[in-house]
Amino acid sequence: MKEAHGETTLVVDPARLVEAALHLRDEVGFDFLSDISATDYLGWGGKGVSGYIGTPGGRDLNRPSTSGLQKLPDPKPKRFSVSYHLLAIRSDPARVRLQVWVDDGEPVPSVVSVWPTADWHEREAYDLMGIAVDGHPNLTRILMDDDWEGHPLRKDYPIGGEPVRFSGDE
Amino acid sequence: MALAPERPRIYEGSRIPSPIPTVLEAPQYLRDTDDILTVNFGPNHPSTHGVLRLVVDLVRAVIGYLHTGFEKSMEQKSWWKAITYPARVDYVSFQYNELVFVLAIEKLLEIEVPPRATWMRMLLCELNRIHSHLVWLGTAGLELGAISMFWYCFRERDRILDLFEMVGGTRMHTRYFQAGGLAEDVPPGFWDECAKFVEIMPKAIDDYEALVDRSEIWLERTKGLGLLSREDAIALGQSGPVLRASGVQWDLRRAEPYLAYDQVDFRVPVYHGGDVYDRYRVRMEEMRESVRIIDQALRRMPDGPWIADDRKVVLPPREELHTSMESLIHHFKIVTEGYRVPEGEVYVAVESARGELGCYAVSDGGPRPWRVKFRAPSFVALEATATAVTDALVADMIAVLGSLDTVMGECDR
Repeated sequence: MKEAHGETTLVVDPARLVEAALHLRDEVGFDFLSDISATDYLGWGGKGVSGYIGTPGGRDLNRPSTSGLQKLPDPKPKRFSVSYHLLAIRSDPARVRLQVWVDDGEPVPSVVSVWPTADWHEREAYDLMGIAVDGHPNLTRILMDDDWEGHPLRKDYPIGGEPVRFSGDE
Repeated sequence: MALAPERPRIYEGSRIPSPIPTVLEAPQYLRDTDDILTVNFGPNHPSTHGVLRLVVDLVRAVIGYLHTGFEKSMEQKSWWKAITYPARVDYVSFQYNELVFVLAIEKLLEIEVPPRATWMRMLLCELNRIHSHLVWLGTAGLELGAISMFWYCFRERDRILDLFEMVGGTRMHTRYFQAGGLAEDVPPGFWDECAKFVEIMPKAIDDYEALVDRSEIWLERTKGLGLLSREDAIALGQSGPVLRASGVQWDLRRAEPYLAYDQVDFRVPVYHGGDVYDRYRVRMEEMRESVRIIDQALRRMPDGPWIADDRKVVLPPREELHTSMESLIHHFKIVTEGYRVPEGEVYVAVESARGELGCYAVSDGGPRPWRVKFRAPSFVALEATATAVTDALVADMIAVLGSLDTVMGECDR
């Protein structure tokens, strides 16, 4: 459990995700799933991935008289994080972020049975980030074409567009 | 209301299909007969609000035609440049998308925003809410055959765009909000024009209501259609007018006040019918409340700076560039390399015209976002289509789809 920027993050083991989700919904009252966000941390803290020019022991750029070196970000446990942003609709509203960490190909159990709205969100996470969702009723691509290759929001997916075939190339 | 037809009332409990569409199939016994006619809606159909394809034999919603990879593109730009993108995500309520992204940056930076910027943001956002509802009312009316609605709504919409043009120089996608405040001070002529708008708008809303509220066709095509129960609306993650039309008293402006919403007086309209008509009612009343908020913001607009005084994040004033070396360096650094945002992850939600618009932003401490994800209310609203059109006719489906007020740019991102 972490607190940062006034937000609470609960990190759970993927195997116990549904259990945690049910507990949060039924016992604590988080009846509303706002969003599911998957993030790829491939190359996190590496040079150049995010315009990064730091060193592990670096200094704070914003302190006077530094030469532009900066501390590297804290390492992440696994490649992907999946964050479930929950909301309790009541007179004293509360938000919490439920988070699981997985490596490539490791399945995340589906929470569709807990919050039906997760259906499309999980398909989006699968489509764009390649998160394998276990137990989803219909895990197919949602935004990209059915025959699309790769998962575009991954960090190792090339930007530079898709090849366009012009009529003269036939 | 005598004019309204007898229609089913809002149901209790839940009737969400699983899995949620792309496959809401007609029952097998119907498909065994040859009575199924496959109708292809779109992707380019006037009522699809962009490019949504519905294959109706069956209801199969095919989304993704407008997937433009905004979130991926934003990862390649500095935070400062990425502010340009969100407005294009939902091109009808552009100001909210800009706001939510800027609020996320500010939360990571922990930067203080001056009150004038906060109030001005609130004013512009409420203008944008009216703008968005007008576009909705105009196009939703158009789809149901109320063509004149479109012209009346777009008359007032144009006035709003004129106001945006005065403030930001462009009619849409203003990029007027910056991390730390506003891009420029408000031009002095704006206040009078905006006050004029506040004066005419309630009268205009009366006119719209006079046009459709007693129209038998309108009532016939909106009452008792597209039902969503309270339980289903919450389970399906609906927000904004759709949620409030299903009887849930929930508005982020009231529940988790951001900007200066805790200092202004406004009402949150709630209806309990859960049908197309009640969603229309909620939006009409929201427009009135927005006018009230704008009026209060105009009267109580604080003086003072419009952007935070933090040279590491905020561009220096233009005139200083000619005389101050430091300002020139700061300007150069922000524009070329961008400012660095401390490491962390935040989720910020605002009440946009369509509902809860969220922004999940991750920073690795560098000058570019590591990950930006928008919680798009349109995406979630489309998810409810299959539940809301249960037992509906094809013609009603257009009304139901319209009442969910989806913008495909935001849905597909």
